Amino acid sequence: MSGRSLIQFQDVAKVYHMGDVEVHALRGVTLGIEQGEFTAIMGASGSGKSTMMNIVGLLDRPTSGTYLLEGEAVSTLSTERLAEVRNRTIGFVFQSFNLLARTSALENVELPMLYANVARAERIRRATASLDRVGLGDRADHHPNQMSGGQQQRVAIARALVSEPRVILADEPTGNLDSRTSVEVMKLFQELGHSGITVVLVTHEPDIAQYASRVIQMRDGRILSDQRQQPKEAVVPPWTDGDEVDAP
Amino acid sequence: MNPLQTLRIALRALTRNKMRSFLTTLGVVIGVSAVIAMVAIGDGAKARVEATFAAMGSNMLIVLPGTSTAGGAMGGFGSMPTLTWDDLVAIQTEIPTVRAAAPQLRTNAQVMSEEQNWGTQVFGTTPEYFQIRTWPIAQGVLLTQGDVDGGSKVAVIGQTVADKLFGENSNPTGHAIRIKNIPFTVVGVLSKKGQSQWGQDYDDIVIVPVTTYQQKIKGSLKNYVEGSVAVSATSADTTSRAESQIRAMLRDRHRLPLGADDDFSIRNLSEIASAQQEGTRTLTTLLAAIAAVSLLVGGIGIMNIMLVSVTERTREIGLRMAVGAKPADIRLQFLVEALALAVTGGLIGVALGVFGAWRLATSFGWEVLYRPDVIAIAVGFSGLVGVVFGLYPAHKASRLDPITALRFE
Ligand SMILES: Nc1ncnc2c1ncn2[C@@H]1O[C@H](COP(=O)(O)OP(=O)(O)OP(=O)(O)O)[C@@H](O)[C@H]1O
Ligand SMILES: [Mg+2]
Repeated sequence: MSGRSLIQFQDVAKVYHMGDVEVHALRGVTLGIEQGEFTAIMGASGSGKSTMMNIVGLLDRPTSGTYLLEGEAVSTLSTERLAEVRNRTIGFVFQSFNLLARTSALENVELPMLYANVARAERIRRATASLDRVGLGDRADHHPNQMSGGQQQRVAIARALVSEPRVILADEPTGNLDSRTSVEVMKLFQELGHSGITVVLVTHEPDIAQYASRVIQMRDGRILSDQRQQPKEAVVPPWTDGDEVDAP
Repeated sequence: MNPLQTLRIALRALTRNKMRSFLTTLGVVIGVSAVIAMVAIGDGAKARVEATFAAMGSNMLIVLPGTSTAGGAMGGFGSMPTLTWDDLVAIQTEIPTVRAAAPQLRTNAQVMSEEQNWGTQVFGTTPEYFQIRTWPIAQGVLLTQGDVDGGSKVAVIGQTVADKLFGENSNPTGHAIRIKNIPFTVVGVLSKKGQSQWGQDYDDIVIVPVTTYQQKIKGSLKNYVEGSVAVSATSADTTSRAESQIRAMLRDRHRLPLGADDDFSIRNLSEIASAQQEGTRTLTTLLAAIAAVSLLVGGIGIMNIMLVSVTERTREIGLRMAVGAKPADIRLQFLVEALALAVTGGLIGVALGVFGAWRLATSFGWEVLYRPDVIAIAVGFSGLVGVVFGLYPAHKASRLDPITALRFE
């Protein structure tokens, strides 16, 4: 594997200590993910998928091994530096959306830029553009409770995209969505891949994994298989169709 | 994150739970309003006491005849003449800490001008009296030693008497008045002194030479002063010394044996003043303690609600960290929230304190004095309470692990 990969894991292990018990969540993972790749990680529950995502997303540090992000050994950086790198380089999409309640879509999308000290006018401009990109330009002032699950997840994706990150990490992003909305989200991820953003996705559903260009199977904290594939093209009807909610 | 943005987020979080935020600030509101009200009332009272004593005369002692034995056979001060005119001269001349002394003979009498009739008090005294009471003339002239020596039928009148007998804004100097039907000429009107603390009108007075008073108005007791003696010490510091020197001298002059009660009494007005100020000070200390306790309770309330808020918003904190918030950003955010809560409470407290003091003052006839520095300190102190009690919750929030926080239900 080339050392030039965007994300480079070298024998990364993660051990959790629960009292006297050691839980080996990752047992020496070596892996490279290239820019623009759309990778799906699959595996049984407890196989270490989320643990891996957290380490890739700089929310957690490996117990041993090295992690190079854009060629930099990030596992040794301070918490403050990690926050900065995360803010600039990584966008998260969660299964449960994690939007701020009673806060407009636009302001939710602005959030990462607050911590990058982006000026207000610029924040609004970029947040609006990001919402446009996920097809929600007309919902900027809607609150999460006025939107469908699919729309909420698209707001979350807009938020992940807004700082123009190099990597989008999505841990079971379609877990709370029906199959039709799931395809909408996959289409969005495929588009991101085409524009050079690296997407790493965790999913339990083989249907969803079909849309990725690479599928990694995990078991017991190890990589079981790692295959590149011709992704299935996500085709969905237009965004607004049948996806209306209790909007005024 | 820039401070203004942090403040906006904090205010938004607080307005989301308006009722809860309001209840949380109550402790601080009560604490601060207590401080503001107590200082306003305390300072008002102090200013009033000071004004009163300034009106009565500085460094003033009053020597009264009669025993000071409470409820004794003598029947209270001033009932039995024991001070002689020689005593007065001795006080004036033999005691170095005494600047001036003057007799105060006093009676109530009807006083008439050409059209009007007014019941007032008539004083017989000497020119030193005006100096002792630091009472300048507003119109005309004061009494002179010549008036006393000659027993002239001249009078100096207070502002109230001038108004009643001659109408407001009149110039009564040179006009005639009759005291107990005896004609006097008004030579001067005293400047306005206002009311005493107990509501007595200082300006409701007519002052005549002591000799005239004895000859025409009340009659004389020969050797004895049929009233009291007003004394002014050379300075505020010497007032107490003057008191003890006068006491020693009078006991000596009256040949009182060791252990016998004084047959006179001395009132030290500055002592009464400081006793009263002592009273306000005690009250102020008590209220300060109440304020401190409320602020402490208010601070604990803020800490409690901030801890609840941190728990409630665990996922939000996790999310903010995931999108790039540093621990310091999170800490600042919660600190600013606590600060905003406390300062809002402080501002409400100021409003309430100012209003409360004003209400109390108007219904009890007190005076209030608002001090901007106290208000600023109170608000600043409530902010300090917010920061101190917000520190722990804010620190706790900033130490959350983003992964655990994001998984929190
Ligand atoms: N904070 C933690 N403390 C202790 N053990 C943990 C912790 N986080 C994860 N683990 C353990 O590490 C192992 C891997 O967990 P991980 O969350 O990565 O699994 P996963 O593949 O994401 O599973 P799922 O599909 O259910 O989400 C599991 O055995 C889990 O119990
Ligand atoms: Mg998982």
